[in-house]
Amino acid sequence: MTRNFFQLIFLLLSLCVSRPGSAQNGQTVQIAVAANFAAPMQQIAASFEVSSGYHVAISAGATGKFYAQIKNAAPFDILLSADQSTPTQLAQEKFAVPKTQFTYATGKLVLWSATPAIANVGALLKSGQFKHIALASPTLAPYGAASIETLKALNLLEQVAPKIVQGESIGQTYTFAATGNAELGFVALSQVWKDGKIQSGSAWIVPQKLYSPIHQDAIILTHGVGNPAALALVAYLKSDAAKKIMHSFGYE
Amino acid sequence: MDTADLSTIWLTLKLASLTTVCLLLLGTPLAWWLARTRSRFRHIVRTLVALPLVLPPTVIGFYLLIFMGPQGMLGRLTESLGLGLLPFTFSGLVLASMLYSMPFVVQPLQNAFEAIGDRPLEVAATLRASPFDTFFSVALPLAKPGYLTAIVLGFAHTVGEFGVVLMIGGNIPDKTRVVSVQIYDHVDALDYAHAHSLAAAMLLFSCASLFLLYLWNPTDSARKFSL
Repeated sequence: MTRNFFQLIFLLLSLCVSRPGSAQNGQTVQIAVAANFAAPMQQIAASFEVSSGYHVAISAGATGKFYAQIKNAAPFDILLSADQSTPTQLAQEKFAVPKTQFTYATGKLVLWSATPAIANVGALLKSGQFKHIALASPTLAPYGAASIETLKALNLLEQVAPKIVQGESIGQTYTFAATGNAELGFVALSQVWKDGKIQSGSAWIVPQKLYSPIHQDAIILTHGVGNPAALALVAYLKSDAAKKIMHSFGYE
Repeated sequence: MDTADLSTIWLTLKLASLTTVCLLLLGTPLAWWLARTRSRFRHIVRTLVALPLVLPPTVIGFYLLIFMGPQGMLGRLTESLGLGLLPFTFSGLVLASMLYSMPFVVQPLQNAFEAIGDRPLEVAATLRASPFDTFFSVALPLAKPGYLTAIVLGFAHTVGEFGVVLMIGGNIPDKTRVVSVQIYDHVDALDYAHAHSLAAAMLLFSCASLFLLYLWNPTDSARKFSL
């Protein structure tokens, strides 16, 4: 009886220690990814794992939140930010390696509605014929800041302000719009774009002249120094294979 | 604390008061029924009442978002009644909070009603009290400790609500931005000074309400509802 009990405990413990499905060479790279880049990153990580044998653990969320977590010793090796200023700031504050910062993608903003076949989503925004418009928190998410910039450029901010609902990340913003609770939502093109077209609903790709380009930078964090898997993933992000996946999601 | 923070406190208190009052009105007949019935359905009703205790707020928030949305059953109903959709509104938060805090009100009431037993009610009946009269003159006064527990726990639990509000609130100032969401935003924006003042206020409030509950109400019904 006692023996069986200890065998069971041993079995449970060994399950905790060995991770099924982890790569042969055992190295894992733990990355923090801006919510807008979560879907392409899943694909990139999958093909990277096959070609390199390393394992990628992805956490997706708002860049601002990752910044706070990294400053409080979160165990991430790489940050794939939704902006350029967060990696720069982390590097200045010695939480990241300055030389490793690079722009991995340039994101695009889109005004999206879950309702299919709306002839002109941009005109709908101007008409004010909607109850709620979702956007990401402008203080936390670069796509949120770009949304506010766009509304200002169109001279619509004051008119639209009472109808704004805020998602804490671009991911939650998409949920508000996708469930139809907000008729319109400023989301990342990557969330609704696949293989050269809008996957569902209706969209207006916001003209680039209305907001500053969303250059998204990645950087190796102090925690990732000396992790060969982190270096390999950074190299892979610059490869043609990764660029191809990013393009298919509408990134430049 | 600035005016934005103060307005979140005011909104939170409004939400918690309204939720508690609604839950007491709805919870009293429900708890009474649960305490006295022998119906086959009592187990399923009990399960449903207790469910928010064990469900993660993300599940409640996610389903409410869909259920209250334009494709959801409740969403269609409220829209056809001309009330619009409930997510991103104060009424929507009240409804969600009622669901979320229901066990914290119904269970203490039910325990209190069960603790009374049949005897006082039978005595009242032999004195020709109508069932209505019996309830208001006998059961209700005897269940007072249960009500105190229900009010304090229902109120405090609603003040402490976070996940559900985050998922269906949309973070609108003066409408859905409650204290817990404001703290989350402050922390994310690295505004630790503001986060601290609100978080400390929240900690003091929660401590004080539980302490007062145990001070005033050291009876079985408070203890039976173990936290």
